[in-house]
Amino acid sequence: MKYLKNIGKYFIMLGQVFKKPQKRSVFFENLFKEVEELGLKSLGIVAFISFFVGGVVAIQTGLNVDNPWIPKYLIGFATKRSIILEFAPTFMAIILAGKVGSYITSSIGTMRVTEQIDALEVMGINALNHLVLPKVISTVLFYPFIVLLAMFLGILGGWISGFATGLFTSDQYIIGIREDFKPFLIQYSLIKTMVFAFVIATVPSFYGFYVKGGSLEVGKASTKAVVWTSVVIIVLNYFLTQMLLG
Amino acid sequence: MIEVTNLQKSFAENHVLKGITASFKKGDTSLIIGSSGSGKTVFLKCLLGLFEPDDGDICYDGKHYSKMTLKEKRDLRKEMGMVFQSGALFDSETIENNIMFPLKMFTNNSYEEMLERVNFVLNRVHLENVNNKFPAELSGGMQKRVAIARAIVMNPKYLFCDEPNSGLDPRTAIVIDNLIQEITDEYQMITIINTHDMNSVMEIGEKIIFLKDGLKAWEGESSTIFKTDNEAVTDFVYSSNLFKKVREVYNK
Repeated sequence: MKYLKNIGKYFIMLGQVFKKPQKRSVFFENLFKEVEELGLKSLGIVAFISFFVGGVVAIQTGLNVDNPWIPKYLIGFATKRSIILEFAPTFMAIILAGKVGSYITSSIGTMRVTEQIDALEVMGINALNHLVLPKVISTVLFYPFIVLLAMFLGILGGWISGFATGLFTSDQYIIGIREDFKPFLIQYSLIKTMVFAFVIATVPSFYGFYVKGGSLEVGKASTKAVVWTSVVIIVLNYFLTQMLLG
Repeated sequence: MIEVTNLQKSFAENHVLKGITASFKKGDTSLIIGSSGSGKTVFLKCLLGLFEPDDGDICYDGKHYSKMTLKEKRDLRKEMGMVFQSGALFDSETIENNIMFPLKMFTNNSYEEMLERVNFVLNRVHLENVNNKFPAELSGGMQKRVAIARAIVMNPKYLFCDEPNSGLDPRTAIVIDNLIQEITDEYQMITIINTHDMNSVMEIGEKIIFLKDGLKAWEGESSTIFKTDNEAVTDFVYSSNLFKKVREVYNK
């Protein structure tokens, strides 16, 4: 019953979020701040993880493909497919749910428990629209670029791991990543990313905005937000894959 | 004028406000006093529109809150200033941005015009050279003064203060009390202050409402509060040793 109530409250919250901003100049100022805070500041961790996980995927595939009848270029092909289809959109979304989700919940939650949200509302400002809409727009528009970067660096990491381990040659890897290239798979990945970005911005905002109590409750809300954002991403990933590729 | 009629508010089984009726006039500084849990903050939050009353009515200069649309309520709030107990300053923004924020949201003034207004209100609360500081860099008393500056930057008709001098030393508390009263007189606002500080009552208590268990138990002025026979009020007023001693000396 409590879960149903929260789901209803979440959609009511979205109704308040998607209102016309009260002042366009203030909205754009907030939007650029959020692009920096939620997007640009995540580039480092995304680049680091993508590069090394790409390398690990290539090595694991190389080590498991020891049958001489299976061509080596399949290592590049499998690495590319894994990265484009799942690793870049889904794995990155889970990582960003942890990094960005906890930031969103704790920042909005702290504003709530220190009466800063009350101060906004007393001024006649739609606090949900003011605080959450710039986060939603910035993540939905910016995360596809982050995922494209993750794809590139993941594939690059796989290529470099070939030199380091000697499991495959550069030519074999490049033939593999060019093999059976389907542009729709990139589109599929970016569609998933935009849906996940929406979840990453809204679910933690929900937990932060409605937190009650003090700093301990804000901490608990951050943990809950990360868990539920991850759960929603995994469930949506299943349905989106079924709908778009099934 | 703000007229409150039979205001009631409950949270689950907890009946916090049990029917409060009061009126507040323009240019008056009114104090809501009472011990912790008497319903002061809930009463103030109902006046601010942060809590929806379960029953009763609040009328702001002839406009009934319960009959207003969401937009009308938001417009009404633009005429309100609020000084929160914690200050509620935006901690990631500078003092200048904190005070300028309502101006950015609700006016089309140029940056220079807004800055002029910010400096004017900062000067009014006796603060200088703090524009580029962050709230955490200021003392509690200075933060309260910034909160007052932010509350009056839009020239509000109604000013609400929730325990504005809690956590301050007695001298700074008096400075804040006097500042609020001066500003109320100057701008002819309706000012309502929640407090349990008897020094404030002595200093600026033009009109005092005493709440007990969610009901208005007494109403009067600072000159009459020490002479009342109301047992609840005398218990509250003389709960501190200082006031007990003052009473003993006065009786002798």
